[in-house]
Amino acid sequence: MSDVADRVKKIVIDHLGVDEAKVTETASFIDDLGADSLDTVELVMAFEEEFGCEIPDDAAEKIQTVKNAIDFIEANQG
Amino acid sequence: MILSAFWLTPQKMRESYNQIAIVQQAEKIISMKRVVVTGLGIVSPLGNGIDHVWNRLTNAHSGIVPITHIDVSDLPARIAGMVPRGDGSDGTLNIDDYVDKKDQKKMDTFITYAMAAGIQAVEDSGWKPETEEDQDETGVMIGSGIGGLPGISEGTLTLKDRGPRRLSPFFIPANLINLASGFLSIKYGFRGPNHSVVTACATGTHAIGDAARMVALGDAKVMVAGGAEAAVCRIGMAGFAAARALSTGYNDTPEKASRPWDKDRDGFVMGEGAGVVVLEEYEHAKARGAKIYGEVLGYGMSGDAHHVTAPAEDGNGGFRAMRAALRSAKIDADKIDYVNAHGTSTPLGDEIELGAVKRLFGDHAHKLAMSSTKSAVGHLLGAAGAIEAIFSIKAIETGILPPTLNLDNPSDSCDLNLVAHEAQERSVNYALSNSFGFGGTNASLVMGKVS
Repeated sequence: MSDVADRVKKIVIDHLGVDEAKVTETASFIDDLGADSLDTVELVMAFEEEFGCEIPDDAAEKIQTVKNAIDFIEANQG
Repeated sequence: MILSAFWLTPQKMRESYNQIAIVQQAEKIISMKRVVVTGLGIVSPLGNGIDHVWNRLTNAHSGIVPITHIDVSDLPARIAGMVPRGDGSDGTLNIDDYVDKKDQKKMDTFITYAMAAGIQAVEDSGWKPETEEDQDETGVMIGSGIGGLPGISEGTLTLKDRGPRRLSPFFIPANLINLASGFLSIKYGFRGPNHSVVTACATGTHAIGDAARMVALGDAKVMVAGGAEAAVCRIGMAGFAAARALSTGYNDTPEKASRPWDKDRDGFVMGEGAGVVVLEEYEHAKARGAKIYGEVLGYGMSGDAHHVTAPAEDGNGGFRAMRAALRSAKIDADKIDYVNAHGTSTPLGDEIELGAVKRLFGDHAHKLAMSSTKSAVGHLLGAAGAIEAIFSIKAIETGILPPTLNLDNPSDSCDLNLVAHEAQERSVNYALSNSFGFGGTNASLVMGKVS
């Protein structure tokens, strides 16, 4: 597993207060991990903070699963 | 009646029915239901949970301590009544016991205190409605004087230093005053009236009084009501200091700083916490065999229409609030055994309140007992009236009057039984609790034993 994936999962676990086992790459923040729309806004902010990148609103709307987040960050880092 | 109706034209019959409906409506309003207290919850500078707090209060302990969680080195007042935090043992508050960690960041501190006190009160009452009908009949009315002042202050700095994209999506709901009622209703599925009071230092008393009226008028069978406050932050302390309202002469001896009616008092001491009660329609409580602590018998309100922060010098506002509460309770003034005073330890306010009590009660003022529990916990602003209503109910339940600490040399006019230094034992059939707030808002509650 990539370093980015580990860090994304850790943020998801901390912010949503969910078990590590539930945070699979295909897990949807809202459908599987109990997040609401405000939680997802906060998650995106936490990703921005952790990876020092900016995630525009239109891109943020498409980040609905753990894998979406990892893919976006890996594509836009550095 | 039937015969005469027979001869009425359709138009007249409709009018007649309308009149009957109006009369029925009026009867419904006039026949106010009895309201009793069936649950208590408290988070205070003397600790968490009513048994622990009441034990410390009646044993003359103080919850006023140096402020250590923020920098106060440049502030004139550096002490406050702080909620003791810990692992939840020995009366400390562990907020994890009440609110999931992930939800805590969605609430400013005052809401977490409201949740802790609210959960305690609901658990104590044993009222956990399962059916939709019962949930619809259960409401929440928790107020706050200032609400999320620490959160708003931090959010303002985030916006200034790091820009709008760094502001939490929870910034607004975490700091809104009525979200205390909102979060508690969501936790338990209370779908009745969801309301909130904001009347500065009278908030807690208004919240309980207004909620009791809602139960009395039939808007709900059960109301979970009270106040919460957590404004001991830099801007809160600096703001009240700028208004010259705080005690500044006892930073090295915090337990002596709150001294209502004492000659050496020099301002109020900030406090934080929450008090929540479960108010319930009497027959409803009886039918389910609930433990009944006491009854809310009367509620009075008034406005000073005088000054932003100072009480009217003749105590007229407090006088009228107390008189209205007695009238609504339909009891004579000489029935009151105990008064839990607003008594904040300010040079002006304490004697004005005492003067109003003397005027209202006449000779009986020298027979009743009056104390200020702010001497032990400080001034919890929007939570003050709520915890003081709880202390009044406990005085009724236990026959113990909580003391006024630090009353070493009462001011000249303060010649009543002010329960100085130590608790007193006395049977309390009726108690009155006062709260007065900035803006000249006054509220009084009369509570009593259930007959």
